Amino acid sequence: MAVTSSEMTASSQVMNNVEAVRATLYEAMKNDERTIILGEDVGARGNVFLITKDFIDEFGAERVIDTPIAEASIVGIAVGMAMEGLRPIAEIQFADFIYPSFNQIVGEAAKTRYRSNGEYTCPLVIRTPYGGGVRGALSHSVCVEALFYHVPGLKIVAPAFPADVKGLLNAAIDDPDPVMFLEHKKTYRLIKGEVPNGHYTIPIGKANLLKEGTQLSVVSYGLYVHWALEAAKSLEDEGMSVEVIDLRSIRPMDKSAILASVEKTRKLLIIHEDNKFGGIGAEISAMVAEEALFHLDAPIRRLCGPDVPAMGYAQPLEEAFMSSPAQMADAMREMVRF
Amino acid sequence: MTTITMPQLGETVTEGTVAQWLKRVGESVEKYEPFVEVSTDKVNAEVPSPVSGVIREVLVKEGETVATGTPIAIIDDVSSGTAPIEQASPAATKAEANRMAGDEPVPGFAPVPSAPPRSNGQPAVAAPSAPLDETLRTASPAVRRLAREHNVDIRAVKGTGNAGRVTARDVTTAAAAGPAIATGPARPAPSGTSTYGEPIPGTTIPFTQARRIIAQRMVESKQTAPHAWSTVEVDVTNLWRWREREKAHFERETGYKLTLLPFFIRAVVQALQAFPLVNARFTPEGIQVLKEINIGIAIGLPANLIVPVVKGADRLTIKALGVAAGELIDKARRNKLGVDDLAGGTFTVNNTGANGSVLSAPIINGGQAAIVTMEAIVKRPVVRGDDAIAIRHMMNSCLSIDHRVLDGYSASGFLAELKRRLESMGPDGAL
Repeated sequence: MAVTSSEMTASSQVMNNVEAVRATLYEAMKNDERTIILGEDVGARGNVFLITKDFIDEFGAERVIDTPIAEASIVGIAVGMAMEGLRPIAEIQFADFIYPSFNQIVGEAAKTRYRSNGEYTCPLVIRTPYGGGVRGALSHSVCVEALFYHVPGLKIVAPAFPADVKGLLNAAIDDPDPVMFLEHKKTYRLIKGEVPNGHYTIPIGKANLLKEGTQLSVVSYGLYVHWALEAAKSLEDEGMSVEVIDLRSIRPMDKSAILASVEKTRKLLIIHEDNKFGGIGAEISAMVAEEALFHLDAPIRRLCGPDVPAMGYAQPLEEAFMSSPAQMADAMREMVRF
Repeated sequence: MTTITMPQLGETVTEGTVAQWLKRVGESVEKYEPFVEVSTDKVNAEVPSPVSGVIREVLVKEGETVATGTPIAIIDDVSSGTAPIEQASPAATKAEANRMAGDEPVPGFAPVPSAPPRSNGQPAVAAPSAPLDETLRTASPAVRRLAREHNVDIRAVKGTGNAGRVTARDVTTAAAAGPAIATGPARPAPSGTSTYGEPIPGTTIPFTQARRIIAQRMVESKQTAPHAWSTVEVDVTNLWRWREREKAHFERETGYKLTLLPFFIRAVVQALQAFPLVNARFTPEGIQVLKEINIGIAIGLPANLIVPVVKGADRLTIKALGVAAGELIDKARRNKLGVDDLAGGTFTVNNTGANGSVLSAPIINGGQAAIVTMEAIVKRPVVRGDDAIAIRHMMNSCLSIDHRVLDGYSASGFLAELKRRLESMGPDGAL
């Protein structure tokens, strides 16, 4: 009976998010020769966060490809590889640099299956670190999910916890169609958790009910999931019961999890770091208004990034862009009391 | 003063006719005493008065049909001690009533003439007190819906929300607290709040459209189609194992639970292809043998029975059938099925075993030639071909046929084929 704890350590280990990405990529490279990693500095440098450190020594320069600084080519080449039977994992070093590859992602990868009437698929994973809060300034802070979530044919995941990173990255690699895998860079080393050993997947499109509550549903993803959870827990001392849902997948979106929660709590707060206008929260709001209007006991509210062109470098500008756990708690409090 | 509106006698009823005034103007009426008889195309009912008082005015003549929610009478409420207000001319009152009927009704709340007059020169009316207005203005969609469902008068509910707003929880709390608050004057429910989902002994449940249609179809089918029954016993051990093996993967891939239903439908489709007469309908011109195979799946919900249709079931793999059925069941539970989802069935499968039944004699879904049930799967000792006794997963499958279309010969043939197909499924294979 006393062996449980050693069993625990044998079946899982504590990692942070960046270690979870690295471990999952390593297993994918080990288990399937078709897996190719390509991107800027993924080879000799081992990625700017050292995610692929030493991979080039073990798997060779043909499978761990250092590319020029040419994002359209990174994704374009990966699309061709995917269509012809390889399993490329393309890296965009920072999401802020993804724009040159927009045509390859939206115009090519997302449409391959449809255009070829199912003859070709594009089993491609595009990994990229995104998000702010790390003093990354204008070109190392951006959220790009809303630029892509309008596009049918793309799947977008944005896990917040190490175990979800592994399960969803495995699911993305197994998926026969293109998946954008967004890694919040502030969570890379900040967030630690148990990660089960061995290969497993978490279905793309399934949200995770992190904390049950009765008075308000909070939907978030990425870094803000952690802060929303912290805020919701702090409100328990004030006798407020707030439910927190981690979307994990942005598209497809787990509509039924959101609707079930809203139908229970009757109030919805959506929190995300990305700009408010036309953001993920807009789609969630519209969906809930269409499908659960008569369950709503308060106007839907969105706590999001302001509509400014970028996150500034100066600390006050960065703080003005980001929502703090205290601001989240304030918004939750107001909605519970409404 | 209480304004009485035309009650909604049934979920889909939109209008009602004043059949007879049981009380005349000037007559007094006790609370809960019937004072008007209302008829709709679904039901006749005597409507009890929500208050004790004197009938001050009737706004709708006998025989006249008006939309639900339209004011039909005004009662001077004696218990509230309201001072009589100045007499409005009958014409003005009627005009006002019509105007109010056109406004968005606030459920659980008699329309109060608070909106400004429209441009057609109708007289303005004194505005009610501000807090009352505020209560209504801040009533969320959930509050309005819950007030309607629980028959709660939100004016009488103490608001605990911001600035005294009545919240959804306040309404449900009030409803749970009992009838003191939960008797809104606008909706004198003729038989309490008894519903099919929550029946109350000693009450009559007014028909919903769905219940009326179910009743009508069942009687039609049973009266026009001479039913005959037959049952086979099926060994589904291998099928069971196959499903066990596939279900985790299927759910991960599709998001739907893999039930036995798609396997059943596949076997039924194959048996229908072998016996096309079973996929047929009786018409005055002759037996119409159908080209399409559209399988209705009977879904029991707390309040009714609904049979959405998997169209072109012969063109779908077990996996696709699982997704199609999963979508329909999901929509049914969420009350999102559309007319298209329900139309065009050629044969019906009823998974009665899900509720533990081991034998049933189902009524054929109107116009079809037969219906089959899949009963509960139970582990039983079975004597096998080599006289060995084995523990197997056994299931009964019951068929009802329209004996005008089918005879025992084809019915037995169909069942034998169905049994053969089910028994040859699994334990390995591709969905």
